[in-house]
Amino acid sequence: MKIIDLFEQTFSSLLANKARSGLTVLGIVIGIGSVIAMVSIGQGAQGSITSSIESLGSNLLMVSPGFQRGVGQQVSGGRGNAQTLTLADAEAIKNELPGAENVAPQYSSRTQVTAKGTNTNTSISGVTAAYSTVRNVAVENGSFITDENNKAMAKVAVLGPTTSTDLFGEGVDPIGQTIRVKNIDFKVVGVTVAKGGSGFSNQDDAIYIPLNTALHYIAGDTNVSNISIQGSDQDALDQLEADVTVLLLSRHKISDATLADFQIMNQADIVASASTITGTMTLLLAAIAGISLLVGGIGIMNMMLTTVTERTREIGLRKAVGAKKGDITVQFLAEAVTLTFVGGVFGVGLGWLASFAVQQFGGITTQVSVSSVLLAFGVSAAIGIIFGYYPAWRAAKLNPITALRYE
Amino acid sequence: MIECKNIVKIYKTGDIEAKILKGISFSIKDGEFVAIIGPSGSGKSTLMHILGMLDTPTSGDYFLDGKNVTLYVDDELADIRKNKIGFVFQSFNLLPRTSVLRNVELPLVYADVDKDERKKKAKAVLAQAGLTEDYYDHYTNQLSGGQMQRVAIARALVNNPSMILADEPTGNLDTKTGEIVMETFQKLNKEQNHTIILITHEHDIAEYADRIITIRDGMIVEDRINKNKKIGVIGKDDCKQI
Repeated sequence: MKIIDLFEQTFSSLLANKARSGLTVLGIVIGIGSVIAMVSIGQGAQGSITSSIESLGSNLLMVSPGFQRGVGQQVSGGRGNAQTLTLADAEAIKNELPGAENVAPQYSSRTQVTAKGTNTNTSISGVTAAYSTVRNVAVENGSFITDENNKAMAKVAVLGPTTSTDLFGEGVDPIGQTIRVKNIDFKVVGVTVAKGGSGFSNQDDAIYIPLNTALHYIAGDTNVSNISIQGSDQDALDQLEADVTVLLLSRHKISDATLADFQIMNQADIVASASTITGTMTLLLAAIAGISLLVGGIGIMNMMLTTVTERTREIGLRKAVGAKKGDITVQFLAEAVTLTFVGGVFGVGLGWLASFAVQQFGGITTQVSVSSVLLAFGVSAAIGIIFGYYPAWRAAKLNPITALRYE
Repeated sequence: MIECKNIVKIYKTGDIEAKILKGISFSIKDGEFVAIIGPSGSGKSTLMHILGMLDTPTSGDYFLDGKNVTLYVDDELADIRKNKIGFVFQSFNLLPRTSVLRNVELPLVYADVDKDERKKKAKAVLAQAGLTEDYYDHYTNQLSGGQMQRVAIARALVNNPSMILADEPTGNLDTKTGEIVMETFQKLNKEQNHTIILITHEHDIAEYADRIITIRDGMIVEDRINKNKKIGVIGKDDCKQI
């Protein structure tokens, strides 16, 4: 039997029962469509989480102080409260480790800020000039904290856009204005570019002042809240993490690494664990959608079994005029695969539309990937073969006489 | 050339064995027109299924053109049915909602014949079977019984088989139409030299054949040359009557 004849025959028998074929295809369309849409939501979430982690800066190590746990001490004082990192640690990392391209120590605290009758509670960060490179903070208007500001302990401040709006109102240029922090006046010299909130912290609601100013006037000592270190590339990050650990342990005179009084967060690890979480979520969504695909497949099998029963006499006749077992198997298999293939094409369209709609009206980032489309096609073809094979096999093994006499 | 040697067919239903054919031997030469006649339950349909290779005998040998086909497997039998046998059934067995031409082409589809070639051959045999060209694109379920049987005869002829097996071909037709169908068989036998084996329980119909084999209870009870052969003459007017 020629391929062209097979196609012709398949289409004419499927079109002979348009409503039934249509409804069966609908099952597959919904199945494939929901798999595509669900996976696109999952992958979209993955993409947006990864990019918001990367907006913190790239190739980043974040060292934060930790409470040293001595022998027998089971109670931790809470991370970030301990004061074990100093400005000198940051200097040492910068000077002794060539892998650390940029080092940005930071002092931060939350406090009340006032300006001409308005006030807000926000985070004050004492930073150096390197902070803007390391943490991807760009200035929209004016300039960022400079090394000169830092050396001179200048009383200047750079506002996040949210803080600027809170203090001076929408659309007002705050540069040159004065804000008051802990009874000290700061002159506003710049406003940062809006980055959007990420997770629980809003990077746009912040005030940056020179680190030395912060340590001298606000903290009163030389302990820093964290040190951000930028490595040259992603692959060197693990080595850099190890080097920083060794250096800080020796500076803090700790011999046992498990008793370290600081933690290092590796950005690559955060991205990886976030990916794992969203990957699991994607899989879960796909699995739920997969159930509807399975139901669609059973619909195909049901229709094909009905068709085989209805066309028993036709099968008998075809065998009588010389059709081999293989010819009959291929005929029914082709019908099942055609149904799922058509369902796959429309399903991809539907899934794409659905993910587009979710993005437009649901405000969730979605991402239809080529791999999920290919997967959907593969799965739909496989469903056609798996669920079509049993009916086709039943048709092919029919005895010609029994089939011809079937009423 | 057909040669049957001691064909036995036993059907088993649970523990009960039914011996339908109890050792049948005969031979049919190419170009013969043979009627196999017998009452219902005599085993004539089973014999026809075995002759048409739709079924295999429990024991005995069946030689077709010198080859013992009882030794063949399913797909080989399908090949023989495709190349050497044409079937005409009592209930026509045409594909519904399918055009006359496509029905006739069906055996050629499985023989991998090109589309144009198929159309040409189908039209030629439809003409031989006496169906006028107006009907070629009609669906088969729009035809009368006589017309349907003509399509079925054309389908049996299209692969140029060495024998045509007709199982009660007039069973679903009225007497007049039945006569015309039988005359068509006679014409095909005489003019094209096709071997025709006709299964029937009606003596009137069997009288159109050259030779009559009578079966009763799974055995041949008579095998004779038909001396009172009915001769029909098909005129052009008869075609229109169907």
